[in-house]
Amino acid sequence: MTAGLILDTLTIHLGNRPLVSLSARIAPGAVLTVMGPSGIGKSTILAAITGTLAPGFRCRGRIVLNGRDLAGLPPQDRHVGILFQDHLLFPHLSVGGNLSFGLPPGTPDRKAAIAQALAEIGMDGFAGRDPATLSGGQKARVALMRMLLSEPQALLLDEPFSGLDADLRGQMRDMVFERARARNLPVVLVTHDAEDARAAGGEVMSLG
Amino acid sequence: MRIAPVLTVLLLTLPVLAGLAGMVVPAFGYFPAIGAEHTSLAAFRALLDWPGFGPALRLSATTGIAATLLSLMVTVLILSAWSGTRAFHWIERALSPLLSVPHAAAAFGIAFLIAPSGWIARALSPWLTGWDRPPDLLIVQDPWGIAMVLGLVAKEVPFLLLMALAALPQCQPNRSLTLAQAMGYGRMAAWLKLILPRLYPLIRLPVYAVLAYSMSVVDVALILGPNTPPPLAVQVVRWMGAPDLTLRLTASAGAVVQVGLVMAGLGLWRLAEGLVLGWCARWAADGRRLAQDRLARLAALALAGLSAGAIFAGIAGLALWSVAGPWRFPNALPDLLTPGHWQRHGAGLIEPLTETVLIAAAATAIALVLVVFCLEAEQRFNLSKGRGAMWLLYLPLLIPQVAFLHGLQMLALGIGADMGRSAVIAAHLVFVLPYVMLSLDDPYNGWDRRQATVAAALGAGPSRVFWRLRLPMLLAPILTAAAVGFAVSVGQYLPTLLIGAGRVQTLTTEAVALSAGGDRRVIGIYALAQTGVVILGFAAAIGLPRLVWANRRGLRGAA
Amino acid sequence: MSRFIAALTAALALMAPVAQADPVPSDWPSVLAEAKGQTVYWNAWGGATATNDFIAWAGQQVQDRYGVTVEHVKLSDTADAVSRVLAEKAAGKDAGGAVDLIWINGANFAAMKQNGLLFGPWAEDLPNWRYVDVAGKPTVQSDFTVPTEGLESPWAMAQVVFYYDTARLTEPPKSALALADWIAANPGRFTFPQPPDFLGTTFLKQALLGLTKDPALLQQPVEAVDYDAITAPLWAWLDGITPSLWRSGRAYPQTGPRQLQLMADGEIDLAISFSPSEASTAIANGELPDTVRSFVFDGGTIGNASFVAIPYNASAKAGAMVLADFLLSPQAQAHAQNPDILGYGTVLAMDSLTPDQRAAFAALDLGIATLTPAELGATLPEPHPSWAVKLAEDWTARYGVAH
Repeated sequence: MTAGLILDTLTIHLGNRPLVSLSARIAPGAVLTVMGPSGIGKSTILAAITGTLAPGFRCRGRIVLNGRDLAGLPPQDRHVGILFQDHLLFPHLSVGGNLSFGLPPGTPDRKAAIAQALAEIGMDGFAGRDPATLSGGQKARVALMRMLLSEPQALLLDEPFSGLDADLRGQMRDMVFERARARNLPVVLVTHDAEDARAAGGEVMSLG
Repeated sequence: MRIAPVLTVLLLTLPVLAGLAGMVVPAFGYFPAIGAEHTSLAAFRALLDWPGFGPALRLSATTGIAATLLSLMVTVLILSAWSGTRAFHWIERALSPLLSVPHAAAAFGIAFLIAPSGWIARALSPWLTGWDRPPDLLIVQDPWGIAMVLGLVAKEVPFLLLMALAALPQCQPNRSLTLAQAMGYGRMAAWLKLILPRLYPLIRLPVYAVLAYSMSVVDVALILGPNTPPPLAVQVVRWMGAPDLTLRLTASAGAVVQVGLVMAGLGLWRLAEGLVLGWCARWAADGRRLAQDRLARLAALALAGLSAGAIFAGIAGLALWSVAGPWRFPNALPDLLTPGHWQRHGAGLIEPLTETVLIAAAATAIALVLVVFCLEAEQRFNLSKGRGAMWLLYLPLLIPQVAFLHGLQMLALGIGADMGRSAVIAAHLVFVLPYVMLSLDDPYNGWDRRQATVAAALGAGPSRVFWRLRLPMLLAPILTAAAVGFAVSVGQYLPTLLIGAGRVQTLTTEAVALSAGGDRRVIGIYALAQTGVVILGFAAAIGLPRLVWANRRGLRGAA
Repeated sequence: MSRFIAALTAALALMAPVAQADPVPSDWPSVLAEAKGQTVYWNAWGGATATNDFIAWAGQQVQDRYGVTVEHVKLSDTADAVSRVLAEKAAGKDAGGAVDLIWINGANFAAMKQNGLLFGPWAEDLPNWRYVDVAGKPTVQSDFTVPTEGLESPWAMAQVVFYYDTARLTEPPKSALALADWIAANPGRFTFPQPPDFLGTTFLKQALLGLTKDPALLQQPVEAVDYDAITAPLWAWLDGITPSLWRSGRAYPQTGPRQLQLMADGEIDLAISFSPSEASTAIANGELPDTVRSFVFDGGTIGNASFVAIPYNASAKAGAMVLADFLLSPQAQAHAQNPDILGYGTVLAMDSLTPDQRAAFAALDLGIATLTPAELGATLPEPHPSWAVKLAEDWTARYGVAH
C-alpha cells in the first residue's frame, strides 16, 4: 500500500474541452502548492478530489488516497478535509455545535473532546458562542479544528489564508501546516499568494 | 424524493388541462345534463350575438393591459429611484404587508375611499366642496374601468416589487450603479440603462401572471369595475350562474374566448417587449446622463406612498365601519362607535376561521414538502428546471380560473372526489404550489454549496446535510414561502366554492357571500378577519426565525 | 371526443353509490324517524344579516325538536346552488348530492323543474300544509305562474314596496308615470339594481304592469303574445328616465342591498324593495335613518312567495322536509314576520289557526316604516317567468352594454 495522495494524470473536462491536467504524488505530511491566475481551474481540482464537481465537469485519471481509489466514492466517504477562505462555520450551530458536527459519532465524552479541542486552539470556554460573534482569526481556527476532528486522511486548502490580515496569516499558516505534519496528512494548497507557497515549503506547481 | 418533481408537474398540469377540457366540450355544444348532445357552434354564435361582446372583450383587454403596464411602470420607477437606499427599506416595509391583503378586501376599501359618498369626499365636505349630499359623479364602476385599473395597480405593485427584489441580487446592481454614477449618470438613468435590461428577463413570468390575472379578474371587477357591460370574465361567471341553463354553453364559449384573449394579450406583450427592449438598448447607448432626477425620484416616492396609502386607508375605513353606528354623509367619522357588529358576527367567525386555517395550513404543508423535495432532488441529481418547467409552474397562474375551474369541478365530481375538505385542499394546492416554488427557488439554490462540501468533507452524507444544515439554515425563507402559500390559500374563492360544493366555508367564501349584501359593517368585519389571518401568518414567518435563532447573528440578516 | 366522454361518464356512473330509497312524504312518522341525526345543507342567499340570523334560529329549533342539524350554505347567488346540482347531474351523481334544500323561486325554480332537478312532489304532504292560505294567496301554488305541483314549499310572502327618506322627499311618486316626472325633476337621485338581478328585473315587470294596457297578457309566455307591442310603452318610458338616473344610467347597483347602501349614503332618495318590512328592519339595525318610510304604487304592486325546494339527488331529503315543515309552523311564521327578526309576510291563513296562534301574529308591532296589509293594497300576480328572462335580456341589450 502506498501512503499519501496520488493524483495520476488527473484531467478535468468541461463538456469535451480539457480544462486542466496534473499528476502529483504527495507524501504524508508533505504539501503540494498549486498556483496560477484566477479562473484557471485551481478550485476545480479540489472539487474533483472532494467529489463535488459541479454538473458539466468530468474528471479522468485516478485519485488514490492511502491506497484507496476515490473514484466513484461519495464525498462523505472519501475522508478528505477541506478549508475555504470564508471558513464557512454553520451559522445556526454554536461553536461547540460546529465542532461536534465534525466529531465522528461514537466518540466517547463528546463534550470533553470539544473542550479539549477548543483549549488546543486557545479558545477555552467558547463552546456556547454564536460563530457570527467571532473574529476572523477565531473563525479560521474553529474551521480548522472542526476539520481535524473529523479525522481526515488528507487536507485540501482553498486559499484559506487570503481573508486574514498579515500577522494572523502567518500564525494560521503555522498552525495549519504544523498540525497537518503532526497528523501525517498529505496537503494540497491552492493559492495565488507566493508567501503561502514559501511557507508551505513543499513542491510548487504552476498552472497556466 | 426522486418522484417529487414528477408529482409536482402532474399536480400543476393535470387539473388545469382536465379543467380546460371540461370547459371546451360544452362550448361546442355537448352537455348531456341539460339535453345538449350535438356538437355545434351555436354557443359561439350566441356569444357573438350578445350585444356586449365587443365592448366586454375590449374592456378586458384594455383594463388588463393598462393595469399591468401601470403596475410595472410604478414598480420600475420605485426601484430605479430608491432601491438600495435607506428610504427603500422603508418603502419595502410599507408595501410588503399589502401583499397579504386579499384582493376583494382591498377593492372594497378603495371603493369606500373614492366613491362620491366615500371617505375622501366626506373629509372634504361640506367645508371645501359645499356638498351636503354626495354628488352624482361616475367615479367607481366607470365605463372605462379606471377605478378597477387603479385598484389592481395598488395590489399588483407590491407583488411585482417583491418578485423584482428577489431577482435583483442576480443583477449585481450596486457595482454597476456606482460605476455609472461615477461617470456622471443620474441614479435613475443608471438603473434604467444598466439594471432594468438584466432584471426584466428575470421577472418576465411574474409580469405575465399579472397580465393574465388582470385580464380575467372577477372579484375586483365586480366591486370596482364597470357593469354596462362588465369585462368578459365577469359575464362568463354571470352566465354560469344564470337560471337559464342553456346559457352555460354560452358561458363555456365565453371561457374559451377568454383563454384566447389572455393568450393573445400575452403574445402582444411579448412582441411589445422586443420592441421596447430594442429601443431601451439604443437609449442606453446614447450617452445622455440625465443627472437631474430629483423630481422624478420624489414622484416615484409619491407613487409608492399612494399605492400603499390607498389600501391602508381603505382597510382603515372598513375597520371603522365594523364598529360604526349610524354614519351619514358628509360626516367624516361615524356618529357613534359600537362593538355591536362584532358581538353579532364574532361567534360566526370562529367556524370559517378554523376551516380557513386548517385548509391553508394543510395545502401549504403539502406544497412545502413537495417543493423542498423538488429543489433537493434538483440539487442531488443535478436536474435543472428548464424554461419549459418554469412555464409549467406558471400554468395555473396564466390560465384564467374561470376557464378551468368549472371543468375541474366536473372532473372532481366524476371521480367522486369532492365536497370534502381534502378535495378543497387539493384544489388549493394547484395555486399554492407555484407561489411556494417561486418564493423558495432562489434562496434554496442560492444556499452556499460549499457548506455542503465542507460537511461532506466532515463525513456527513446528503441526508445529514439536508436535515442538519440546509433546512435549519433556510428556516427563514422556508417560513416566508409558507406564509406566501398560506396567503394564497386564504384568498381562494372560486376553487373553494366549486370544489367544496359550498359545504366548505372559509372566511373568503363567507366574505364574498356576505358582501353580496353590500353591508359595509359586515364586509369590514370579514375583510379584517381575512387580512388578519394572513398577516398573522407573515408575522409568524418573520418572528419565528428570530425567536429560534435569537442567539445566531449570522442568520438574522436572512430573517 | 363526445363518445369518449359519454363512455367515461357511464363508467363513472357505475362506480357511484347505489341510491337509497327516497323517503315517502305521506308517511310522516317515518320521515321524522329518518330525519333524526341527518345534517341538512340549506343553500340560501347569505347577503343579509337578518336572514342569516333567522336561518340560524330555525336550525337551532329543528335541532332541539327533531334532532336535525342545519348547516347554512351562504350563497352570493341562488344560481350557485342550481349550478351545483346541474354539475352533479352532468357527472352522473344521482345520489348523495351536496345540496339538500334551496331557497328558491321564479326563474331558478322554473329551470330546475324543467330539467328534472327537483325531488317530489312532497310539499303538500307536510303536516303544516293545512295552515297555508291556498285560497287567499294563490301564489303559494303558482310560482311566477309556474304550477309548483308540490315540488317546493312556500315559507314567506313578499310584495314590492318602495322606500324613501321623508327628510328629503315629502310626496313620493305613486305610479310609474309619476315616478318618471319625479326623476326628470330630480336627476341622479333614483336607480334600481341592474337586471338580470332579481330585484332589478322585478322593477321592470312592475313598471310594465303599470304602463301596459292589458296586464293580463303577461300571464302568458312571451312567445304567445305580441311582445313588441306590449313592451313598447316600457322602453319609451325607460328611454325617458335613463339619462336622468343615478350616474346618468351608466352604472347601477348590482344588488338590492347595495342599493340600500346608496340610500344610507344619501346618494339616492327612493328605492325598490321586495320585502315590505326591509326599511323597518334596516332602521332597527341602524343602517337607515328613522325618517325612512315605505309606499306602494296606486295600481298595486307585484307579490310573490319565497319557497324551499329539495334537489332530486339531495343527501338528506327527510331532514330537508322536516325543516321545510318547521318553516310553515305558526311559531316560525310569526317569528319571521316580526320586523325585528325578518319582517317577512306569513303564508298562513289566519282563520286556520287557533286563537292563541292568531294572537301571536296580532301582537306583532310591524315597525314604523312598514305598511299595514290594508295600505299594502292589492298584489299583482307575477308574470310568466319567460318575461323576466326576456325583459332582462332586452334591457341589457338596450341599456346594459351601451357604454
